[in-house]
Amino acid sequence: MLNLLKNLDRRWIFLAMLLAVSGPILAQRPFPEKPTKLVQDVFDYVENLDEGSNVLLALDYAPSSDGELAPMATALIRHCCLKRHKMFFMTLWPDGLPLLGRNIENILQTEFASLNLKEGVDYVNFGYNPAREVVIIVMGTNLRKMYPRDVNGTDLDEIPLTANISSLQDMKLIINISAGYPGMKEWVQYAASPHNIKLAVGSTAVQAPQAYPYYPNQMLGLLAAIKGGAEYEAALAAKYPQYDDPKFKEGIRRMAPQFWAHLLIIGLIVLGNGIYFAERLQRGRR
Amino acid sequence: MKSTIPWLIAAVTGCVMIGAYFIPYTQSWRDEAAIWFEILAAIAFVLGGVNLFTQHLQKIAARRAGWGYSAITLITFVTTLAVGVLKIGVQSENPNLPWSGHYQFEGGAMWWLFEYAYNPLQATVFAMLAFYVASAAFRAFRAKNTEATLLLVTAFIILLSQTYAGTWLTAWVPDDYPAATFPGMKAIILGVFNTAGQRAIMIGIALGVAATSLKVLLGVDRSYLGSDGD
Repeated sequence: MLNLLKNLDRRWIFLAMLLAVSGPILAQRPFPEKPTKLVQDVFDYVENLDEGSNVLLALDYAPSSDGELAPMATALIRHCCLKRHKMFFMTLWPDGLPLLGRNIENILQTEFASLNLKEGVDYVNFGYNPAREVVIIVMGTNLRKMYPRDVNGTDLDEIPLTANISSLQDMKLIINISAGYPGMKEWVQYAASPHNIKLAVGSTAVQAPQAYPYYPNQMLGLLAAIKGGAEYEAALAAKYPQYDDPKFKEGIRRMAPQFWAHLLIIGLIVLGNGIYFAERLQRGRR
Repeated sequence: MKSTIPWLIAAVTGCVMIGAYFIPYTQSWRDEAAIWFEILAAIAFVLGGVNLFTQHLQKIAARRAGWGYSAITLITFVTTLAVGVLKIGVQSENPNLPWSGHYQFEGGAMWWLFEYAYNPLQATVFAMLAFYVASAAFRAFRAKNTEATLLLVTAFIILLSQTYAGTWLTAWVPDDYPAATFPGMKAIILGVFNTAGQRAIMIGIALGVAATSLKVLLGVDRSYLGSDGD
């Protein structure tokens, strides 16, 4: 038996993972989520900002992290729409641009179609810039040097929303959702700290531990991975009952496969260590 | 001369960037340097593309092992480039300007490639990590010594806390003792132990970056310019 387990074909493990993930996806039985302080702090700040405040949304991630970060991006943009904040979108990742466009189309133009949000009046898409952290450094004092035009090629001076915006210092809040470099660290070092701008961060699970040293002085909160997104959805549903609906809880839905996957990994670690100690015991007896 | 001019460019630009932090008057110089960097960063994409093209073409020509993958890479590279540059399937916004539509126009070939090829492929590769992590956890995550055991216990707590399981298993703990719950333990691990370690690493890295930057600015370290043979 010990030998069988020790030489277990990894395809059995792959099959177990497939079942652990696909079962909950098909069953659609989500688990409840309660916002932690890190998430609640972000929610409260967005909620308590004056209606129509300027909020910069820097979505620095690619499709590889979309599954992990899209739910929090959706929830944060949704919250900004509910508060009628003025939104400024940008990305420092080349393949993040289509994701920006998708968020604008799905949330601002479709879900909030009744608000009739207008490009250039309620939101602006700056698009992508390849200069990485230099973009943040310069935007801190001179936005037009890095983005003279929006994604459509319209001069910022001709756009009503940006006509009076000169730098990042005109933003009440920066929301950065990132999957690596350039991302969270660069926004802390070159925007939040030197110019004392409030920064909320959403990050992937692997990157989250690097964000903790900046909380609470340089960043007002942190949404870490799917769980961060799910907690934000829970906070949104608690404040706005119309969002207490499964169709607005994609992050919470994705937590169910994660629940079973984590339990499977724990089980496999226990089993692996059980085999390891049983072998050592056998060797000791010999 | 071959390394002096690039070093002078790097040194002057670096000094301008540092100076602008302390002297507001020089911020406009920094902005100019930033625009040069923006142009260089954009050109780097072109150089990257040319490099990718030549490397894979050489591999195909020499019929080296795995040349078939290089052929697929080149075909997809050229297809994506052509589709994006020629704006295939993109409707123009102005009838007088046939190429005026955005290259990501919904329904266009580039949009189609992104939505139905690039996006699912990237998500698939990333999702496959779960399978390999599970297999690695079974085979390699062993409590062989004290350090490994500490790592194992920490992983257990974090894994449980990242799901409802952590909350559910310690729901019976009175509210006065949050540190005895799995989410509370996770908060302590990340907020205390992890933060202390991360800060130490960050300060060390920052000192290293400052020292290396000074060496670059002063021309002591010119390794980033390549060797003479390059």
